[in-house]
Amino acid sequence: MTSPARAGRQAATSDEARASEQAEASSAHSASVEPVDVSATYMDSNVPALLDELDSQLVGLKPVKERVREIASLLLIARLRERVGLETERPTLHMSFTGRAGTGKTTVAMRMATILHHLGYIRKGHLVVATRDDLVGQYVGHTAPKTKEVLKKAMGGVLFIDEAYYLYRPENERDYGQEAIEMLLTVMENNRDDIVVVLAGYKERMETFFHSNPGFHSRVAHHLDFPDYSVDELMAIADLMLEHQHYRLDDDARQAFREYLERRIPQPHFANARSVRNALDRAKLRQASRLVRNGGVVTSDELARIDESDVRQSRLFAEPPPPAPTQEPSAARV
Amino acid sequence: MRITQGTFSYLPDFTDEQIEAQVQYCLDNGWPLLIEYTDDPHPRNILWEMWGMPMFDIKDPAAIMLELNACRKELPRHYIRISGYDRSLGRASTMLSIIVNRPPEEPGFHLEREGGPDRQVRYTLRSYAADKQGGERYQ
Repeated sequence: MTSPARAGRQAATSDEARASEQAEASSAHSASVEPVDVSATYMDSNVPALLDELDSQLVGLKPVKERVREIASLLLIARLRERVGLETERPTLHMSFTGRAGTGKTTVAMRMATILHHLGYIRKGHLVVATRDDLVGQYVGHTAPKTKEVLKKAMGGVLFIDEAYYLYRPENERDYGQEAIEMLLTVMENNRDDIVVVLAGYKERMETFFHSNPGFHSRVAHHLDFPDYSVDELMAIADLMLEHQHYRLDDDARQAFREYLERRIPQPHFANARSVRNALDRAKLRQASRLVRNGGVVTSDELARIDESDVRQSRLFAEPPPPAPTQEPSAARV
Repeated sequence: MRITQGTFSYLPDFTDEQIEAQVQYCLDNGWPLLIEYTDDPHPRNILWEMWGMPMFDIKDPAAIMLELNACRKELPRHYIRISGYDRSLGRASTMLSIIVNRPPEEPGFHLEREGGPDRQVRYTLRSYAADKQGGERYQ
């Protein structure tokens, strides 16, 4: 079946391959002498725009933003090193995001995926969010295919495992979570080029989780802690959210909302930005029913304005104010 | 005898990078991929065994390669093919199918002639490998 034509073609392709190899080698050699322009590469990579966006659209989170910048620089330099022909080991970028509910872990993970994609670290730049339910099966032999399925979907992008500590349940020996953990560990190690795994959850519980799974701790290079927001930052978040939805708080409402936040923060189940969003949603509801109740002709400005009464109707204002004024929410809540 | 079935089968066997590029082409077109294997490569045997489930919602060829390598590891001496399936209305057919793994030795086929009444001859193909029972072929 092997015809002379095919043999000839194979020879030709191997010749070509050798030629291109030589060309590559020589280009790598010549490039190593040439200096590279760091700032030009940085500007070309679209990353500055993304980082600026991160700065302007996410309030607070100083340590997180700094870390994201550091990672971006690391990858940029790694790329330049590669270009001049220096041996560069691919940095491990599995991360753990710890912080309370609503501190922006998922949002940052999404931005991170885009940044890593633009820096060429991951090929696709999508984010797959998974929880215990998506990874762990209900009966023997169910876990591995389920975990594999999720991992395959996340390849080329970022896998975000929310509340990762639920994977490990020490109280139940026959829990299938361990199987999922082992599979994750294998893929995190062997397919480092294809996937970035981000584990997220509350700080204390994540620490226990890492403590009982040392394999994870050593494979996760970056631990980012998301601090709680201060009242000022929460107000800034509220403004940002309303701006996107073309609403605004008038001055009295702003003051009322600040008081609302001060009362809300010490209460249980306070979820930072998410609570702000819910409170605003309720205020919008009240504003709508107020406008309908009053009827008549209204201006567009009136349609966008949330007034004091819309905020003050919250059940929090029906209760007496909290006993101790809280200036520093994070300190007050630990 | 080298089996030629599906897409690109007259070319030299693809390298992993070339397979990845083809997989990427399928993904770009929104075709889910599946991996199938067999040790009975008769041209009329079109339904091969499936390796796992068809793979939907995959974004990156690395995931397909992961499965393919697992399949190759398990069945190094089987024929393995990757198919891209277009499920859109009016198409609903296999768009691309590449043999990505084949046994080191392919004994080929025997052409059998069956004599009938009035000196009629009926022809049929029989794979030499199929003499042995499934699982013991291409050892």
